[in-house]
Amino acid sequence: MIAHSVFFYIFSLIAIVSAVMVTVSKNTVHSVFFLILDFISISCLFIMIGAEFLGMIMLIVYVGAVAVLFLFVVMMLNVAEQKGQWFSSRWDGGTHIPVGLLVSLIIFFELIIVIGGWKYKPDLLNSLSINISTEVTNTRSIGNVLYTDYILLFQISGMILLVAMIGAIVLTYRERAGVKRQSYVKQISRERDEGVDLVEAERNKGVKIDA
Amino acid sequence: MDSYFSILFTEVYKILFLLVPVLVSVAMIVWLDRRVWAFVQKRRGPNVVGPFGLFQSLADALKYIFKEIIIPASSNKLVFVLAPVVTMTLALISWAVIPFGEDFVLADINVGILYLFAVSSLGVYGIIMGGWASNSKYPFLGAIRSAAQMVSYEVSIGVIIINVLLCVGSLNLSDIVKAQQNLWFVIPLFPMFVIYFISALAETNRPPFDLPEAEAELVAGYQTEYSGMMYAMFWLGEYANILLMCALGSILFLGGWLSPLDIFPFNAIPGPFWLIFKILFLFILFALVKATVPRYRYDQLMKLGWKIFLPFSLFYVVLTSSFLIYFDLLPGK
Repeated sequence: MIAHSVFFYIFSLIAIVSAVMVTVSKNTVHSVFFLILDFISISCLFIMIGAEFLGMIMLIVYVGAVAVLFLFVVMMLNVAEQKGQWFSSRWDGGTHIPVGLLVSLIIFFELIIVIGGWKYKPDLLNSLSINISTEVTNTRSIGNVLYTDYILLFQISGMILLVAMIGAIVLTYRERAGVKRQSYVKQISRERDEGVDLVEAERNKGVKIDA
Repeated sequence: MDSYFSILFTEVYKILFLLVPVLVSVAMIVWLDRRVWAFVQKRRGPNVVGPFGLFQSLADALKYIFKEIIIPASSNKLVFVLAPVVTMTLALISWAVIPFGEDFVLADINVGILYLFAVSSLGVYGIIMGGWASNSKYPFLGAIRSAAQMVSYEVSIGVIIINVLLCVGSLNLSDIVKAQQNLWFVIPLFPMFVIYFISALAETNRPPFDLPEAEAELVAGYQTEYSGMMYAMFWLGEYANILLMCALGSILFLGGWLSPLDIFPFNAIPGPFWLIFKILFLFILFALVKATVPRYRYDQLMKLGWKIFLPFSLFYVVLTSSFLIYFDLLPGK
């Protein structure tokens, strides 16, 4: 048990410190690396409480895919160095502080609502009618619940993601002129007659090819 | 406290017992790769150092160790040093869950296949970190290419794994092998095996998908600025990853440690040897592909991954699951 709690504190410490470092570090790419460290230590915590499926999915989805896209965006946008502009005037004497405060206030109240919901409605915890057996693996028990009782929510969340994806494509799509696309069918079905033109060349005159 | 140490020592002993053979076989496999490559092209390949040139990799490793490690002045030093370490570590930790025989596995975890998948999806960070930290154009372009390529082909490998899992009903690697007792999955899921093989080539940045280090365009991709032991670590990690992909392929499709026929001359050979034979078989296929197929163009690579492999493997998921449901064969009910 001692080893268990030692590891718990190590991983939580790493998680918290790296979460702070995400916001504090000046280099945006470093921020993303700290975010990845944060994800990894949180998935370690998931594995420690026995939710190995969630931990692994966290690694695959967030670290393996989402954070890679974050890195891409950050590296491509060339915003690598923030030289302490957050608290100084930037454009026209304004700072980021009011906007930052507003956003953090909104998130703070949302957190209060969420946590308060659990706090003041204790029967929410007991009202879970699902029997969680300790014998089956948690992959199977998650599957049993997700695809039966919560199938509607599951599909709606999938739909939301799909809509977001289509929206992103529509926003960024632009028609380009003069794109030469390779068509395998065209290339393979090219016959000799289309490609080769045999011309009888007259002496000392050559051939005039009308393009 | 005493028991802690005894557990620690047995575990460390077991880990060394796994890792040392893996590292040695990585060195040997590099030699095999070069030999097969040479034989296809009617050359001799490395044949000078030791019998049949077997110690060539050892000589190479010695050369790498004694070379100077150069860290570019404008690089991001910490990330630059960390990148090969990350690649190497991720390539080695995934061997923990590979079952070499019945109850012959370091960590028999419930979500073994997800663990492998997660670790291989982390592998992209070694490359991105190396490319970015070098602070140079070629490594950066190579890293971006490589990351896009690995993320794309991970998707199709994930869908292929779903196909196998539908037939097994468990995420445990030992269970996956045991489910192939009667019929290896390569027979009912043959198209998936082919796609897995090609995706594994792309996932490990092997030719014909070695665009991240396309030497004609990008010098050596993300490895351009690396030298000495750090380069060797990238290179070892890459080959360890290739071996791992071969091991995963033989576990998913070729019945892992099982012998092809359960009759005398075959089942007298112990299970680990069968797994090694299968890994070698897949690896020689890898080497033959490297020797024969020309490099893909980048847009062809992306098209193959997203527009051909992904829809086809998704279609095969539907096919497999409807087959299993129709004939009432779904496992684990």
